[in-house]
Formats: sequence, structure tokens, C-alpha cells
Amino acid sequence: MKEAKIITRDLTLHYSQKMALNSINIQIPEKEVTAFIGPSGCGKSTFLRCLNRMNDLIPNVHIKGEILIDGLNIYQKKIDVVNLRKKIGMVFQKSNPFAKSIFENVAYGPRINGINNMKLLTGIVERSLKNAAIWDEVKDRMHDSALGLSGGQQQRLCIARTLAVEPEIILMDEPASALDPISTGKIEELIFELKKNYTIVIVTHNMQQAARVSDFTAFFYLGELIEHGKTRKIFTAPDNKQTEEYITGRFG
Amino acid sequence: MRLKNKLIGGAIVTSSAISVVLIIAVIVIILVVTIIGGKDKLSWEFLTSFPKEGMMEGGIFPAIYGTVLLVIIMSIAAVPFGTITAIYLSEYAHEKSWLAQTIRFAVRTLATVPSIIFGLFGLGFFIKFVGVGMDNWFLGGQLRWAQPNLLWGSLTMALLTLPVVIVSVEEAIRTVPMELREASLALGATKWQTIWKVVIPGSISGIMTGTILAVSRGAGEVAPILFTGAAYYLATLPTSVSDQFMNLGYHIYVMSTQSSNVDQTLPIQFATTLVLLMLTFTLNFTAVLIRSRLRRRVK
Repeated sequence: MKEAKIITRDLTLHYSQKMALNSINIQIPEKEVTAFIGPSGCGKSTFLRCLNRMNDLIPNVHIKGEILIDGLNIYQKKIDVVNLRKKIGMVFQKSNPFAKSIFENVAYGPRINGINNMKLLTGIVERSLKNAAIWDEVKDRMHDSALGLSGGQQQRLCIARTLAVEPEIILMDEPASALDPISTGKIEELIFELKKNYTIVIVTHNMQQAARVSDFTAFFYLGELIEHGKTRKIFTAPDNKQTEEYITGRFG
Repeated sequence: MRLKNKLIGGAIVTSSAISVVLIIAVIVIILVVTIIGGKDKLSWEFLTSFPKEGMMEGGIFPAIYGTVLLVIIMSIAAVPFGTITAIYLSEYAHEKSWLAQTIRFAVRTLATVPSIIFGLFGLGFFIKFVGVGMDNWFLGGQLRWAQPNLLWGSLTMALLTLPVVIVSVEEAIRTVPMELREASLALGATKWQTIWKVVIPGSISGIMTGTILAVSRGAGEVAPILFTGAAYYLATLPTSVSDQFMNLGYHIYVMSTQSSNVDQTLPIQFATTLVLLMLTFTLNFTAVLIRSRLRRRVK
């Protein structure tokens, strides 16, 4: 196992009074793909959104415990959340391009970081679009609205937009759940390419997808981390009975 | 039971139909009467010349000019302020915080206050308090700001139209999907960058709708400027915000109640009414168009 990029210690999260995550301890390795699986409402998305502090936006969320990224607790007071989110990109379930041109969507992140030199921006945008495997499809219409792209293209554009900020970690919240099989396949190939350079955490409902793309799998159930290990092991010989029942489709 | 339901249903349909017919009839009558009464008078010259012969003859240019200046200054005051308030309410305030609830209560109340009360408030606050204060502090008691003028009239009107702006802008801001805000924040944008680059561009049509509705309201109201800036007659155009101004709505009022010969000025009254109606109709129609496009986008 490579070095751990993300480590959580007794991470517990409450929505008002209701416990959504119960004492999660996990180590997520660098430059590998880790998949979170589990039935709806098991806390896997909530956990993912703790990793870039997206849950800060929701009122009445209380978090205890620690999340260490490169050894630094991201929930300590002096952490700059804005800088943290530049380091940890996120791709959402529903593709959410801005109502701007394809170019401006990708340039958004660099621009807010103060890069306004057109030559520099053009280079970043081109590189990001190439890395997100969508360059060939959009290179001739960079200044058309991003909303004119298909769902799958929009999602890859959102990945390109995330790459443009040069994060180290990419969180993906069911990135392919709204896409057709061909688009899904493209996203999965892309994830395979991206893990050479990025640590990827992906939440998925699709067990085959988890098996195909991930190196490690974590199974969540009712706010608890039930089992975490190499994907091959989780899918062939899980230690826990609940994991086995979920994977073989007996519940969930 | 069935018969009773049928009767109630029939009564509702009938009364709605009567209301619709009545409303349309009123609009048609107003339009027909003003068009017939004013069409001979309405001309390019009428729009571009000063009143003559004790306002018995001539045009209404100063009233148009004054109205336009009024709504421009009013918009400069009301739109940024209303937009900022709407942003605060929808992006920063917690739904249940006392400050947000107070603002919402104030906005609702403000919208129901009779416009003449705004006029009295403007007189008391802007002229008797701010104006007198400014003259005493900066001009050593010389009279300049402590009297009705374009600035006080515009600001009073801005207060009246503020709820319109706040409500339309807030409605537009709420149509910007949460996912876009999240996308921006996840890219490392600050909250303010997200508002400036995603939320405001996404609600620009609502800001425009609010502005146009405010302008059309401001162009049509008379009561708020009665005591705060509108003049009966001016021989020259206002050249500074401390000058008084003429106004279309007020001009109609003056012509129909203060004129020495009301019958003789009737064509001027009709023509002025027609100009005011066309102005507000056009503005409102534009606002409705923009708003319906906005609503379509939400679906």
C-alpha cells in the first residue's frame, strides 16, 4: 500500500441530533482510486463532502474527530478552507457547468487564482481539456456555451474544470450515475488515466463500476465504515458478512 | 351535493369571467378615451417643446425630462441598494435570524405603505432633517438643500420602489441552482467570488426586471414627489440635483385641477396621459417578457 494521503480519526458527524457518520477511521492511499460503496443514506456522500469541507455550507452539521490530509488536520481553526478546496477538487453527481463558454468554464478556477494572462490561460485550458479526454470534441467550439454539450461531455468538462486548478485529490460523487453506458465508459477510462497523477475518491452506487475502476473499496452502512480493503479482496472474499450480502445483492 | 358543487363552481367561473371582462373593459375604455382625446395634440413638437401661454398651449418636454431624470437617479439609488439587500437575504442571512426576519417584515410593510406617506416621510426626513442639517453644517445656514428638489424627490421615490427591487432580485437569485454555487466553491472560490461571478450573472435578468418594474412604478407615482421636488411650472430645465423638476404625473394633476381653464387644456391632459401610459405600459411589458424568460429557464 502506498503512503496514506488522507487519514481520518474517529470522524463523527451529526445532522442536528441525528448521527450520520459514526467514528470513521480510514486511510486513503495516494495516487490510487478508492471507491465508497453502500446503500442510499449510508453516509458515503456525507463522508466524501467532509473531505473538502463542503458540509460547512449546510447548517446544523456538527463534526468531531480529525481528518488529516498530508498530515494536516483540515478541521483545525487556522485552516483556510478556500485554499484547501483548491487542493481538493470535486466532481458532482449532476454535471454543473456554468452558463459560460467552454473556455470560461475551464478558465474559471485559474482566473479566481488571479491568472489573467490569455496565453497562460489558453495553455491551462487546453492541457486540462486534453487530460479530461474532451479536447478533440470541443477544440473547435471553445467559445460556445457549455450548456450545449451532451451530459457526458458536460461531466468531462467539469472534470477538466477541476483539473485546471491543479488539485492533488479529486473527489467524485457518483460522477456517472446520470450518464448513458458509453459516456460512463469514457469517464471510467478517464479515472484510470487520472490516478497516475491524482488521488481519487469516488462514491458510486454501481458495484461493477467500483470493481472496475477502484484499487481500494470501502463499504459503508448506516453511518459506519463496515469494511475497507483492496477492491479485489472486498469483491471476492470480504471479511464481513454484511459486506458480502451487499455485494452479492442480497440487500441494498 | 353534486348540484351544490356545480352551483358553487358555476358561480366562481361566472364571477371570474365578469372580473376579467370588467378589467379588460376598463383598460380598453381608458385607452380609447385617452387616444381619442389626445391624438390630435400628440406630435413631435408636443413632446419636445415647453408649455406656453400659462400652460394652455405648447408641449410637455420639461415634464418628460424631469420624469426621466427622476427615474434615473431613483434607479441609481434603489437598484444597487436593493440588490445588495437581496444578496444579503438570500446568500448570507440565516432564514431564521432576527435581522433577516426584520428586513423581510420591513420590506413587506414598506410595500403596503400608501405612497402619500412616503411623500410626507421624504418631506420630514430628507428636507426637514437631512437638508436642514446639510445647510447648517456646510453652508452656514444658507438655504440650498432644505427645500424640495430632484435629489430628495428621487430618493423618496427610491424608498417607495425598494421593495419591488428587493423582491424581484431575490426571486431571481433563488433560481440560480445550488449546484453552481457548490461548483464554484469546490474550485476554491470564496463566497464573494461565487456571488460576483456566478450568482449575479445568473440573476442578471431578475435584476433587470426589478429595475424596470421600479422605473415604471416610479414614473407613474405622483404622491411621493408632491412635497419633495415636483414643481408646478418651471421655465428652465433642472441643471442640478438641488433644482426642482416637472413630472408627467404631476403635470396631469396640475392641468386637471389647477389650470385656470380646465376645458381648454383637456387635449393636453389627454395627450400627456397617453404619453405616461405608453411609457409605463412599455416598461411593464418589457419586465414581464424578461421575467417569463427567466421562469422558463427555471423549468
